[in-house]
Amino acid sequence: MKLNITRGDKYLCAAIGGDIDHHSASEIRIRLDGEIQRAMPSMLILDFSEVDFCDSSGIGLILGRQRLMESVGGGLTVKNPSPAVRKLLMLAGLSRLVT
Amino acid sequence: MAKREFDNYFKMTLPALSRNESYARAAVAAFAAQLDPTIEELSDIKSAVSEAVTNCIIHAYADKGGKIELTCRLYDGGIYIKVRDKGCGIADIEQAMTPLYSTGPQGECAGLGFSVMESFTDRLKVSSAVGRGTTVIMEKKITKKAVV
Repeated sequence: MKLNITRGDKYLCAAIGGDIDHHSASEIRIRLDGEIQRAMPSMLILDFSEVDFCDSSGIGLILGRQRLMESVGGGLTVKNPSPAVRKLLMLAGLSRLVT
Repeated sequence: MAKREFDNYFKMTLPALSRNESYARAAVAAFAAQLDPTIEELSDIKSAVSEAVTNCIIHAYADKGGKIELTCRLYDGGIYIKVRDKGCGIADIEQAMTPLYSTGPQGECAGLGFSVMESFTDRLKVSSAVGRGTTVIMEKKITKKAVV
């Protein structure tokens, strides 16, 4: 799993690479939450361009970050998911988050 | 389920450790590759196996470890996958299979494990006994390719 977080003007972009499953999700969650609390962005962009695999733990990760972003008055988008991840997001009713 | 002639099979037991989730799905996907599945079929199999194995680790054994038995069989036109644990078992299978139902941390568990297994395979059967464990059986059809 790779995670590269960049800060912009009022936004945070997290480029995730590799597999998102129960094993990797906790590390991503800890690192992301730390950055969100430090930067207090109005938008969190989860860049899934390099995600090879994602299961429902990834959906839990997105839902948890969406909740956190809403609690600080911000929003979340998911960028460039693969067709397989799009299928999962659709099943979870989260297609609206994809940009 | 109708009796099937199985062409090939494998069976393995692995410790219920989160780092084995990727190994389990990769092993099943590599085995299923013998049937020449499409990328989408392979991706569906990986997702379903990942969910079943993760359930064993976090729900059946509550992250305290145990053994997971994984059995796969190939037959003409598909794959049979059985994931078995000897963990806490499920008291109410119907409730556990309800989409968005989860006993995990609020907002971190999607409660979609069984929904993914059901949607991404062609058959799902769950049997369980409290205190004795759970068995998940899935079948996925693999599209036959046209001979050119």
